[in-house]
Amino acid sequence: MENLFNLFVRSIFIDNMIFAYFLGMCSFLAVSKTVKTSVGLGIAVTFVLIVTAPVNWLVDTYLLKPGALAWLSPDFADLDLSYLSFMIFIAVIAAIVQLVEMVVEKFSPALYNALGIFLPLIAVNCAILGVALFVQERDYHTISEVTVYAAGSGIGWFLAIASLAAIREKITYSNVPKPLRGLGISFILTGLMAIAFMSFMGIKI
Amino acid sequence: MSDTKTKAEKEPMFSPKILKLLKSPLNIENPITVQVLGICSALAVTVQMKPAIVMALSVTIVTAFSNLIISALRNTIPARIRIIVQLVVVAALVIIVDQVLKAYMYDVSKKLSVFVGLIITNCILMGRLEAFAMGNKPWPSFVDGIGNGLGYGLILVTVGFFRELLGSGKILGFAVVPKAFYEFGYANNGLMILPPMALITIGVIIWVQRTKSPELQEK
Repeated sequence: MENLFNLFVRSIFIDNMIFAYFLGMCSFLAVSKTVKTSVGLGIAVTFVLIVTAPVNWLVDTYLLKPGALAWLSPDFADLDLSYLSFMIFIAVIAAIVQLVEMVVEKFSPALYNALGIFLPLIAVNCAILGVALFVQERDYHTISEVTVYAAGSGIGWFLAIASLAAIREKITYSNVPKPLRGLGISFILTGLMAIAFMSFMGIKI
Repeated sequence: MSDTKTKAEKEPMFSPKILKLLKSPLNIENPITVQVLGICSALAVTVQMKPAIVMALSVTIVTAFSNLIISALRNTIPARIRIIVQLVVVAALVIIVDQVLKAYMYDVSKKLSVFVGLIITNCILMGRLEAFAMGNKPWPSFVDGIGNGLGYGLILVTVGFFRELLGSGKILGFAVVPKAFYEFGYANNGLMILPPMALITIGVIIWVQRTKSPELQEK
């Protein structure tokens, strides 16, 4: 339990998707103009992460890993399909995003209207595939670990995009040098926020 | 429509139009600093120049060939499932690149870790496929892919150059800052190696580029 909590805090603050690994930067910079839309996108990303990461972990553990197919028949025990993982992961993500979109549209039209335009975009958000690949690389062992890691990463991403949007809303009132306006200042802001986030490094619970 | 088609067929391989496709992504249509595509995987691999160069080459190859393949298939892909088709083509190419890297450059491949796989969701790929390859012939698409890959690589290598030079006093692993400097009290800037400085370096590159070409400035 303690271990899980530690992982959760780590993935939000220390291994933050944006500030430590730069994943999901494209939508991070493009959508963070207003707080309202960035909150919508943040919630959507967290939601999709919590659904896709465990599914991808299951697929990896029971289908792709070296020797994973042994449960099917002992003949497959030395089969290694891990080179297919990129293709399978991205297909699973694209399919789940499509599914989530349809389910949300059916059962909660209000949420669908809020998230609607962002959901299809999420399939190609690097943060989603990134979490799936990190889970594979770091060898998480239980499904609860994977889910907690995915939730933490999603919340970290949400936190980052919401705070950048808040700063960008304020910065419209300041006198930024002309060539830096818009994209340039957002990069530098993100860099400074990342330095601030580095102060969490080394914290252990 | 048929008129323009016959015209395009008569074009020589390297007409000015094609050359423009190759050159403009290097400067005023740079995928990173102007189109804001493909930043995700660009920043984490720029601590040293070597991984940056390998990453740039991989992305160039994948962009060029995925543009070529999708452009050749563009009339047969149903519009509704085009994203899935594009993702499958890209994923197949990335798997090839990943396997080649693992076989011939294992240490670099370990350093790039998940970022090779993340080429799949690199926005440059999807952006160029959607914006260019779906509406153009295979050869211009191929050149467009190479141009954008090189534009991406240019920024990557520049950032890698400054971070490696200022952060560890080396270029491509060779020490270039003379020993005498250190004796006078020069110290490597450890901050340059940390992730945040990649963002700030790109911010400065954007600043320089937009000062030079004011038409890119935002209001």
